[in-house]
Amino acid sequence: MEIERPAMAGTLESSDCQVTVEPGDGRIDFTLESAVINQYGNQIRKVVFETLSHLGVDNIKISMVDKGALDCTIKARVEAAVSRSMDQFVNALWGGAFE
Amino acid sequence: MINLVKKRLRRTMMFLNAQKPGLIKDPYIYRPDSIILDLEDAVAENQKDAARFSLYHALKEIDYRGCERVVRINGLDTPYWQEDIRCAVAGGCDAIRIPKVECPKDVHRVEEEILKAEKDFGMPEGMILIMAAIESARGVMKALDICEASDRLFGIALSGGDYTKDLQTRITGTGIELMGARQNLIIAARAAKVQCFDTVYTNLDDMEGFQRDVETIHLMGFDGKSIVNPRQIPIVHDIFTPSGKDIIFAEKVVREIEEKKEMGIGVFTVDGKMIDIAFYDGARRTIELAKASGVYKGDL
Repeated sequence: MEIERPAMAGTLESSDCQVTVEPGDGRIDFTLESAVINQYGNQIRKVVFETLSHLGVDNIKISMVDKGALDCTIKARVEAAVSRSMDQFVNALWGGAFE
Repeated sequence: MINLVKKRLRRTMMFLNAQKPGLIKDPYIYRPDSIILDLEDAVAENQKDAARFSLYHALKEIDYRGCERVVRINGLDTPYWQEDIRCAVAGGCDAIRIPKVECPKDVHRVEEEILKAEKDFGMPEGMILIMAAIESARGVMKALDICEASDRLFGIALSGGDYTKDLQTRITGTGIELMGARQNLIIAARAAKVQCFDTVYTNLDDMEGFQRDVETIHLMGFDGKSIVNPRQIPIVHDIFTPSGKDIIFAEKVVREIEEKKEMGIGVFTVDGKMIDIAFYDGARRTIELAKASGVYKGDL
């Protein structure tokens, strides 16, 4: 699955995260900004990479500003940003990739 | 297979914007009976897509600790509602709240989409319930037909904002503008043996007015109220939960009626009040409500 254009999802409110995606240069390029990066940076990175793998995305620049998001919020924002980058708003497989 | 929790306790149904992680991560700490994860009015038009992802993963991963998880979908006149249902069903919600219901066909359309989604996602058929929000004069007039539209339908709810607009009046805080609709809906719901829920009270600075409003709808026979703030929860629960005095009286009525029936006595007094068989069901309901609310310690 290819990222077609830059897109963003999420907010900078507490318990949320803001995810920005754009077409990559052949790999996953992930940057993270978080007040809890030392405690949870690895876990956040793991959730982001697993979500991308689930979506079949391996060529992407993705950055996240974390404001204390739970794993479920991280997954939701990554999926929303990826879906927006492809204008894919319906027929999500919910639990799988996009059609 | 039809879900058997249609009659569960629903004194408080708290609206939460499904797009706001800060709101949906731990609402169970306030102990509402149900939460309504909203994809409709609370979510801006350009965030409808993101709200669904947020909803799906919240339903999948957050343990709401016994709170019923209802999803309010977008209206049937929008391009969103079918995908809302797919997302909610795939996430494993307990019920779907349909906004702006005006006729049984609206319920049937949602029922068909739920069934399709249950099949698509391999969910057991018939487990997801429906509640219908009545938001117009036409909906009020069709309330009984709506209540009887589906075996999945557990209740109807008045939505006062849109209803008063349709009636060409406004929310006054007195309840005068809602009198007819409230009476009509509760009668229809009781006739169809489904539950009935009152509209939200949005003035959070007027907790005394809120309390009066809840006392009124409790006396009218409503099962509960839609709420918009956790501060409203204890007030509703306090009013809707039978008091110790009510429970003791109900126990006496049940026991006396059962005992006197054996003796062939139809009318007698309990604590100075005339009692006959007509009081039996009401007393039983008080005990059942006390049990459901977790305050009953007796053995009836």
